[in-house]
Amino acid sequence: MKESRAAFRGRLWQLFFGMLSISAVTFGGGFVIVTLMKRKFVDEKHWITEQEMLDMTALAQSSPGAIAVNAAILVGWKVAGLAGMLVAVLGTILPPMAILAAISLGYQAFAGNRYVSLALRGMQSGVAAVILDVSLSLGQHVMKDGQKTHLFIMAAAFIATFFLRVNVIWIILCAAAAGIALTLRRKGDWTA
Amino acid sequence: MTLLQLFLSFVQIGLFSVGGGYAAIPLIQEQTVALHGWLTADEFMNLAIIAEMTPGPIAVNGATFVGLKVAGLPGALAATLGCILPSLVIVSLLSLLYRRCREMPLLQGVLGALRPAVVALIASAGLNMLLQLAWGGRMPASPGDIRFAATGLFVAAFCALRKLKWSPVLVMALCGAAGLCLGLLGLA
Repeated sequence: MKESRAAFRGRLWQLFFGMLSISAVTFGGGFVIVTLMKRKFVDEKHWITEQEMLDMTALAQSSPGAIAVNAAILVGWKVAGLAGMLVAVLGTILPPMAILAAISLGYQAFAGNRYVSLALRGMQSGVAAVILDVSLSLGQHVMKDGQKTHLFIMAAAFIATFFLRVNVIWIILCAAAAGIALTLRRKGDWTA
Repeated sequence: MTLLQLFLSFVQIGLFSVGGGYAAIPLIQEQTVALHGWLTADEFMNLAIIAEMTPGPIAVNGATFVGLKVAGLPGALAATLGCILPSLVIVSLLSLLYRRCREMPLLQGVLGALRPAVVALIASAGLNMLLQLAWGGRMPASPGDIRFAATGLFVAAFCALRKLKWSPVLVMALCGAAGLCLGLLGLA
C-alpha cells in the first residue's frame, strides 16, 4: 500500500505541528513531554503502539542529550523516516529557541533595571532550592536501591566534582567505565 | 573561532548529559562559566531561572541564551546544533539497532553506574549556586558576609518544595515576588 505524496506531506505537517504545540506548552522537562507525545501519537493518531512508545521512552531516557529531543527523533523516524525525524526535531526545538531569544533580548535590556534584578535575585534562591530538592530526591532513590557500588560512585563523584573540581566529563567517563567493568564482572561470576 | 568553540562546547554538553533535564546543568556550568567565561556565576543562575520558568529542554534553552549573548543569532544556531547533534547521531543509530538487541545488559549496567554520578554532579551544581547566593563564593570570609535574606529565602523555598510539594514554577514566582518586596524594603 503505497502512500501518495500528498498524504505523506500531510503527515509531516501533522508531525511538525504536533511536536511544535507540545513543546511550546511543556513545562517540567522530558517526562512530561513524553506523556503528551503518547497522548497525541498513540491515543489520538494511532501512528505508534503503546509498547513502541514505552520502548522509545526507555531509549530516549537512556541516551545522551535532552529527553524531549531524543523522543522526537525516535517518533519522527518511526512515523515518517528521515524527513519525519528532521521535522519532529525542528518542531521540538523551535518553541524554546524562539522563547529564549525573546527573553534574551529582554534580558539585555532589563537586567540593569532595579526591580527586575531584585526579583531575579529572589528567584536565584528559588532555583537553587529546586535543583537541590531534585538532587536530594534522586539521591534518595540511589540510597533506597542500596547498591554499595552505586553509593560509592555517588560519594566519589561528589568529592571529585565539589572538592577536587575534576572536569565533569572525566567523572561521567569514569562512571561509565565502572558500569562496564561491573557488568562484565557480574557476567563472569554468573557463567563461572 | 568563537562559533566553532560554541559549537564544540555544546556538542560536549549534548554528548555527556545522560539522564535528561538537570543532568545538563553541571555541564553547562562547567563549559560556559568555568572553562570559557561566557557567563558569570550570577548570569548562569539567571539562565537556570529562565530555563526553569520556560518550556523546553534546559540544554536547548542554554544554547540559545549563551549563543545569542556570545555571538548573536549565528552563535545561537551553532550552539543549538551542537547540543542536538550527538542525539541526532546516537539516537538514530540506536533506533536502527534497537530491534535487534532489545536486551542490553551492558547499556543497563552503564546507566546504572552513571545515574549516581549524575546525581552527585547535579547536587554539586546546586550547592555551588547556594554558596554563591549565600555569601558570593566558595568560602565565607567572615560570618558577617552571610546574606541573610537570600539564605532565608532559600530555606523557605526548599521547605515549600520538600514538605508542601509546591510546584517549582510557583515557588520560583513567589521567590521573585519576595525578592522584590525585600529589596524595596531595603532588607536584601
